[in-house]
Amino acid sequence: MPDGPANEFRFDSVDDVRDRLRKVDYLSDEGIAGIVYLADRLGKPILVEGPAGTGKTQLAKSVAEITNARLIRLQCYEGLDESKALYEWNYKKQLLRIQASKADGDSTGWDQIEEDIFSDDFLLTRPLLEAIRAEDPVVLLIDEVDRVEVETEALLLEILSDYQVSIPELGTITARQIPLVFLTSNNTRELSEALKRRCLFLHIDYPDMEREKEIVLTKVPDISESLADQVARIVRSIRQLELKKSPSVSETLDWARTLMLLGVEKVDAEVATSTANILLKYQTDIAKANKELSNEASTVNRAAK
Amino acid sequence: MGEQLAVAGAPMLALLNGFIIELRQAGLPVSLTEHLDAMEAVKHIPLEDRAAFKYALAATLVKNNAHWRSFETVFEVYFSLRGREYAVGDELADLPEDLLDELEQMMSGQGDGQMQGGGGHEALSAEELAEMLYQSLLRGDQSMMRAVARQSVKRFAGMEPGRPVGGTYYLYRTLRNLDLDSVMNRLMDQSRSGRDDEPLTPLEERLERDEYESRVEQLKQEIEAEIRRRLVADRGVEAMAKTLRKPLPEDIDFMHASRDEMKLLRQAIYPLTRKLAVRLARKRRHGRKGPLDFRNTVRHSLSYGGVPAEPKFRYPRPAKPEIFVIADISGSVAAFARFTLHLVYAIANQFSRVRAFVFIDGIDEVTRFFEGTEDIVESIHRVNTEADVVWVDGHSDYGHAFETFWSKWGKEVGPKTTVLILGDARNNYHAAQSWVIKEIRHRARHVYWLNPEPRSYWDTGDSIVGEYGTHCDGVYECRNLRQLEKFVDVLT
Repeated sequence: MPDGPANEFRFDSVDDVRDRLRKVDYLSDEGIAGIVYLADRLGKPILVEGPAGTGKTQLAKSVAEITNARLIRLQCYEGLDESKALYEWNYKKQLLRIQASKADGDSTGWDQIEEDIFSDDFLLTRPLLEAIRAEDPVVLLIDEVDRVEVETEALLLEILSDYQVSIPELGTITARQIPLVFLTSNNTRELSEALKRRCLFLHIDYPDMEREKEIVLTKVPDISESLADQVARIVRSIRQLELKKSPSVSETLDWARTLMLLGVEKVDAEVATSTANILLKYQTDIAKANKELSNEASTVNRAAK
Repeated sequence: MGEQLAVAGAPMLALLNGFIIELRQAGLPVSLTEHLDAMEAVKHIPLEDRAAFKYALAATLVKNNAHWRSFETVFEVYFSLRGREYAVGDELADLPEDLLDELEQMMSGQGDGQMQGGGGHEALSAEELAEMLYQSLLRGDQSMMRAVARQSVKRFAGMEPGRPVGGTYYLYRTLRNLDLDSVMNRLMDQSRSGRDDEPLTPLEERLERDEYESRVEQLKQEIEAEIRRRLVADRGVEAMAKTLRKPLPEDIDFMHASRDEMKLLRQAIYPLTRKLAVRLARKRRHGRKGPLDFRNTVRHSLSYGGVPAEPKFRYPRPAKPEIFVIADISGSVAAFARFTLHLVYAIANQFSRVRAFVFIDGIDEVTRFFEGTEDIVESIHRVNTEADVVWVDGHSDYGHAFETFWSKWGKEVGPKTTVLILGDARNNYHAAQSWVIKEIRHRARHVYWLNPEPRSYWDTGDSIVGEYGTHCDGVYECRNLRQLEKFVDVLT
């Protein structure tokens, strides 16, 4: 591992991580804070996995914010390749350089030109290389890594384990500092063993009720404690149903905001049914949730009579 | 504190070693690098912080969320006796003192005079324990629940040293004595009467119930942990780790999966079918170039003065695979069948043309139940209730089912079709009619048979998988996800 001034640790303790994250409105739990702390100490990337909308990307952003680091983001997609992720030679500029030397009629030998055009000036850095070469503190976010093909994953391996990039024409570029690296995955496919082995693994699931309530309280301005409590409880009940897509945290927040806008103080079955389309995105899911609530109603009503 | 120091040194390494060996025994793929990472990681974590310690180990050793359950079990067994508050005490004194005091106050505060006599260091009476249970659930107080769990295990589980009974037995005994159902009712009554101005709305009622249920669940976990702790203290770490070992989702036997395990399996199916789809799609994309496109080549030759310098090829038009799934859903393979239907559903979402058939002694096409619905539970329910699969007596008759399949749908099997047959081939000594399989194979691209029985049971009793197998392209034992995944590899 390269030595350098940047090897000072960013966090003092697990609680330190937690407190600082809280200051930027990211409510972590013990696992999240602990693993961020470990990643800093061990100099290892974090592979964050979990259902969509549970704050995986937000975690990277928040960590960047609390460490005053620049966030460099690489969005993965099918077909991503070296020239988009690592680096690329600036062909046009190289061509210009060659032609310019001809036009000037200077007698620079080919060797000289070759050395010239494969130098730093002609290199286009892409996110991964940029993160490695950065002078200032950076947080590297490799988003939705499960979207690239298995073969492309191999591109990441050198960076993740040694924090370096090998460019045949230039040699190996080693990181001046070890950046914090986050990889996120929605687990649509198994990632390769080689990749997983290099990372710390963090699974972020839906938060439990208490934490969700806190999240709602911090993220939705002016919401009353009792409304936040109801929101969290109802969302928990809905998540227990067998749905195609359970409501995520971001959807919970959207729902809470909607309720605020509607001026709802107390959520009853009717309000819940009419705004269910904010929490749930599939028609079948909405129907199911509504059925659950109204079913309950009918049985209880009968019992009351 | 002395213990903590001891733990930090060489014993810690040995302990971690044993722990990792046990993880590997349980089937988790822990590599040497990960082992080293774990040792590095625990150096940075204060050992007395048990939760952080657990997360540190998990982050370095477990790289698949589906393996978490197995990891947790092993962790609890290995580290359940470490740390002061986790030591096993034989006396009631292991209930934290301040908690007892608080309990006493609370009870007397409620004006429940007779309770006052209890508390202290004497054993709690049964009523007191019940009251404590009720209170702990009502307040959702974690430490109180733990105390209740300890007390009730001690009192009700009837654990005897050296008795070779598993943890479930003790759990059952404890829970039966606690009678959680009536406690639940009492809790619900409490919240109903708590606000006499207006009755609970149905929604509130449901939310209250969910709340209490999650607390009860918490209590059950505490009880389980307590039983495990005592068992470990009695029989030692290694023995217990072996007894309590839980299979990974990919090793769960389809035929004997419990409800919870079924849920794990369902979650694991989706990535698997996606893998299958991706692999097939890639094959299509990277396929060889097609034959020479004469017209296109001539047209391009014009720009070279009539010399066909740039040969043009047709794009390959790879056949879209068509899949026929024929599944036995009779009683003998019921558990497997349920899983099969999930699989069929998942496949149907990934491929454009999947047709599904189910049979017992009659056969029916069920593709329509999977189409246009997003609710897997409902479609499976409809398959089970509406499909016309019983011909005579509802005992599997592969011969008749295949014969009917051939006469009704045989013509639709074409050279693009891959046929998957799922079943144990236990034919109740009916006629095999294996010629049907032979005919299907002539027409179809491939015929594969997946058998949920262990290979050693094949061709014993009324199983005639061997006879059918001779006409298939392959017969595969398919008892767990690992084997299914292997089959997917073969297929693509």
